[in-house]
Amino acid sequence: MGRLDVRKTHKLYIDGAFPRSESGRVFPAEDSNGQVVARMSQASRKDLRDAVRAARGAQPGWAGRTAYNRAQILYRVAEMVEDRREAFAAQLEVDGRDRAAVDAEIEASIDRLVWYAGWSDKFAQVLGNLNPVAGPFFNISVPEATGVIGVAAPEEPPLLGLVSVVAPVVVSGNTAIVVPSGRWPLTAVTFAEALATSDVPGGVVNLLTGFKDELLPWLAGHMDVNGLDLDGAPSDMVGALVDAGAENLKRTRTDRTDDWWAASAQSPYRIAAFTETKTVWHPKGR
Amino acid sequence: MSDSPATVSHAPLDWAYAESKESTSIVSIPEEQGLYIGGDFLPAANGATYASVNPATEGHLGHVAEAGEGDADRAVSAARAAYETYWRDMPGKERAKYLYRIARLLQERAREFAVLETMDGGKPIKESRDFDLPTSAAHFFYYAGWADKLEYAFPGTDPRPLGVAGQVIPWNFPMLMLAWKVAPALAAGNTVVLKPSTTTPLTALEFARLTREAGLPDGVFNVLTGHGDAGASLVAHPDVNKVAFTGSTGVGRLIQRAIAGTDKKATLELGGKAAHIIMEDAPIDQAVEGIVNGIFFNQGHVCCAGSRLLVQESVADVVIDKLKARLDTLRVGDPLDKNTDLGAINSADQLEKIQELVASGTSEGAEIYQPECQLPERGWWFPPTLFTEVSQSHRIAQEEIFGPVLSILTFRTPDEAIEKANNTPYGLSAGVWTTKGSRILWMADRLKAGVIWSNTYNQFDPTSPFGGYKESGFGREGGRHGLLPYMAGVV
Amino acid sequence: MSSPVLVESLASPVTDRALRAYLGSVPSVDDVMVHQRVAALATRSIKKESKRAALELAVRMTDLTTLEGQDTPGKVRQLASKAVRPDPSDPSIPSVAALCVYPSMVPHAAPVLAGSGVHLAAVATYFPSGQAPGESRVADVRTAVEAGADEIDMVIDRGAFLAGDYVKVFEDIVATKEACGDAHLKVILETGELGTYDNVRKASMLAMAAGGDFIKTSTGKISPAATREVTLVMFEAIRDFHALTGRRIGMKPAGGIRVAKDAIRYLVLLHETLGMDWMTPDLFRFGASSLLNDVLMQIRWLDTGRYQSADYFTKD
Repeated sequence: MGRLDVRKTHKLYIDGAFPRSESGRVFPAEDSNGQVVARMSQASRKDLRDAVRAARGAQPGWAGRTAYNRAQILYRVAEMVEDRREAFAAQLEVDGRDRAAVDAEIEASIDRLVWYAGWSDKFAQVLGNLNPVAGPFFNISVPEATGVIGVAAPEEPPLLGLVSVVAPVVVSGNTAIVVPSGRWPLTAVTFAEALATSDVPGGVVNLLTGFKDELLPWLAGHMDVNGLDLDGAPSDMVGALVDAGAENLKRTRTDRTDDWWAASAQSPYRIAAFTETKTVWHPKGR
Repeated sequence: MSDSPATVSHAPLDWAYAESKESTSIVSIPEEQGLYIGGDFLPAANGATYASVNPATEGHLGHVAEAGEGDADRAVSAARAAYETYWRDMPGKERAKYLYRIARLLQERAREFAVLETMDGGKPIKESRDFDLPTSAAHFFYYAGWADKLEYAFPGTDPRPLGVAGQVIPWNFPMLMLAWKVAPALAAGNTVVLKPSTTTPLTALEFARLTREAGLPDGVFNVLTGHGDAGASLVAHPDVNKVAFTGSTGVGRLIQRAIAGTDKKATLELGGKAAHIIMEDAPIDQAVEGIVNGIFFNQGHVCCAGSRLLVQESVADVVIDKLKARLDTLRVGDPLDKNTDLGAINSADQLEKIQELVASGTSEGAEIYQPECQLPERGWWFPPTLFTEVSQSHRIAQEEIFGPVLSILTFRTPDEAIEKANNTPYGLSAGVWTTKGSRILWMADRLKAGVIWSNTYNQFDPTSPFGGYKESGFGREGGRHGLLPYMAGVV
Repeated sequence: MSSPVLVESLASPVTDRALRAYLGSVPSVDDVMVHQRVAALATRSIKKESKRAALELAVRMTDLTTLEGQDTPGKVRQLASKAVRPDPSDPSIPSVAALCVYPSMVPHAAPVLAGSGVHLAAVATYFPSGQAPGESRVADVRTAVEAGADEIDMVIDRGAFLAGDYVKVFEDIVATKEACGDAHLKVILETGELGTYDNVRKASMLAMAAGGDFIKTSTGKISPAATREVTLVMFEAIRDFHALTGRRIGMKPAGGIRVAKDAIRYLVLLHETLGMDWMTPDLFRFGASSLLNDVLMQIRWLDTGRYQSADYFTKD
């Protein structure tokens, strides 16, 4: 007999740790033929509550890092994803695509991370500005991270879609609770492992595998969540989620991305969506 | 109170900082180094070389090629070929990844480069290690991120590279000036021929090897070592599209004349005689640190050095007393010693210039103060120096000394401070110390200088533009603004 | 900067106006530059022989401290023995500067320290909060001194300071100083509660003018306790006060200094700011408990060339 391989247990990613769901529930991850390839932890509302607490705790520290430091950490995430190409490829292939296709997705994901890493110390230079007010005042507007953001990642493509919604939220100093693809959840856990080895502080990104129809309403209703990116939410849920989020006036992004591969799927305005503009007035005088 | 009830007597403490020398074993300097052209190290066409010297020991640091007739042409041709073959049309995101690689390699090899920089230039290792190299790597990291975002840097335009950039840099921050010039040029899609200073060619050559390790296509980055004539022929070369120069105002003027009538674009970062203004409500102890940092950083070999201290009369005595006491604690000596604050003067020529201007200060009636300090016997050294009783009409208040020499003047009101600060042909930088925010901004509005530091001095960051007003030059390096001089189509 | 005249005007009973004039002349402090200066000095490295001497000096400068609700006479007697002889296996190691305990523990420590040269410090004035009527605070001091304490570590009323009642803070210190008699007075500012370096500098100038022999950062009960930044700001105040009055005031950072490397960094800061004159236990102390063993371990590492284990050092 040959050597028996050791299989990975797929768990949630909350506060930098990999717990099982407190509910003890799991759900099957299936390949394109309906074969079960792994069992995923199925996050509950209580896991979500813990994730929000972790995200809130991590947010001031993350936003307080220098932009240069956040840039280097996000670039390090790209390095870690590049380093795990084989793992990602094997997990992406379960949807029936060939290796060239999944390689292309991995490469696009890495390049997108690098692209957003570069924005860290630049978005304020593009989105902020000095205002020439008519008086003896210095007046400047700067974008500042909104806080804790709930993110619904798209179902497909599972890795590129996930990276495309997480990077613009956290690059500015927000922290995130992310519900990844429910149909293709494997790569979310491996991506969490890349985050965990990239100097991204615990709690900055929290990944909850599970069911969007179960989790997103809790996320939208949570009073300590400041914003929602619903790009990857089921379209029939969006109205109700926006409605639930209105209770504490969540900044909500409801644009739908048709093509996650396109250049238009990356933009500094995705960063802008979860920033607050702060304008400072200061007198000038002897 | 010192009469403590029960004091056991102990031998007086011998408090000495270790000669804590950074090892040079991590550095290897080839005995012969060629010009770096098209990815190869090649001898100068005429075979000439010259020796690079350690200014702290006068020790020999190998020979480098001395570019002469025809060498600039070879380097520019290589850069042109690389521009047309790979670099111009490479997608921005791929150019970005090369620059990120360079940044990462520089971070990895930072200590080695820092030691080499200190050996070749004489600056204290604590500066090359804690400032020059980390900041250089940060510049590459920052501009890497712009390479694939140029359309956001200049919305509504069609940003394109200019072509071949000829860049001539000085000896005070050899690696950092390389980074300031090379990073934005490559990010924008230009290729580069770099002429490092005659006295500090070594880190540029090691950087050339680093770009090879990064896999940068041959010819994208080229180095011409040599003297001023090599820089002149580079600047004058008809196939150079962009000239970037950091150095003296005199040479800057020559360069602007040399390219007159051509389509070449130019960025000139030249001399300075910065006013460093201390108001009476300043945080005095921190201001003293700022003054020390402003003038003694890198032995005062800094174009933006705060060399003209303007102190409000009501606090002048206090500031000067504290400053003198602080000067007494400065440690001058072996630049490789981690505890050294002031290293060697970069060259015998520079030392002579400093000595000559200091002599003029004394003869024109200013009062000199130098702490007692033992200077090493070999190498080129100058002690930290203050002049009080200085007038605007003294040469030491007008001319750039480019050494560890501070001229102190006084003023009475904010308006007078501004008048004196601006009373110079230069306009690179200025400093203001006051606790009153509105006064900082009022003064910043009126100071004719490209960089204003308030309640700090000598701060640099890749995201922050740097460059001068008036005869301190034009064009900006750093930040989004630093890309502009390397772009075509931004009209 | 203040003028000597302003200091002279501060005789008790002091007026609010005189105090405000004095404090109004204290220069402001810039946070960022303070941090940069401290970071720059952290890269200084000292010679091996100097390091041995510096570590020994650190031992001699230590106020070995226990200030717990669970302190007992037994615990205090054991720690007092440790203060006299920190390392039983190495007689060349000097005693510490002082043992620092609650007033109720003074009678238990005094016999052990008698004749050793180790001072006995008591935290008085209703340490750590200081929230008690003035007469109770002073009585606390008298009790401690009568029981044998020759150093008193008092706390200022931070609430009064933050409320702008500088007269109260000043007169408290004056009264405490009077109650001290011959005992030395260290004034704890509790810098972690003062909020800004500007306040730290003002409180330092106030405490020195009111008669404190030492100024001290912290009780150790509030985080942050001592930091090198806050210590630098207090050094600078001491330097100014010396320039104004010719009086040398001592400094005691306390709390949070746990390893020898930190202690050395404090000494570098001291050397660079106040100079050799202050490098004596008469003018500088570390308020610490776990620091001592780490310093002893570092001394033995220098002596033996072996990195040490905590198992070989006594825990009292």
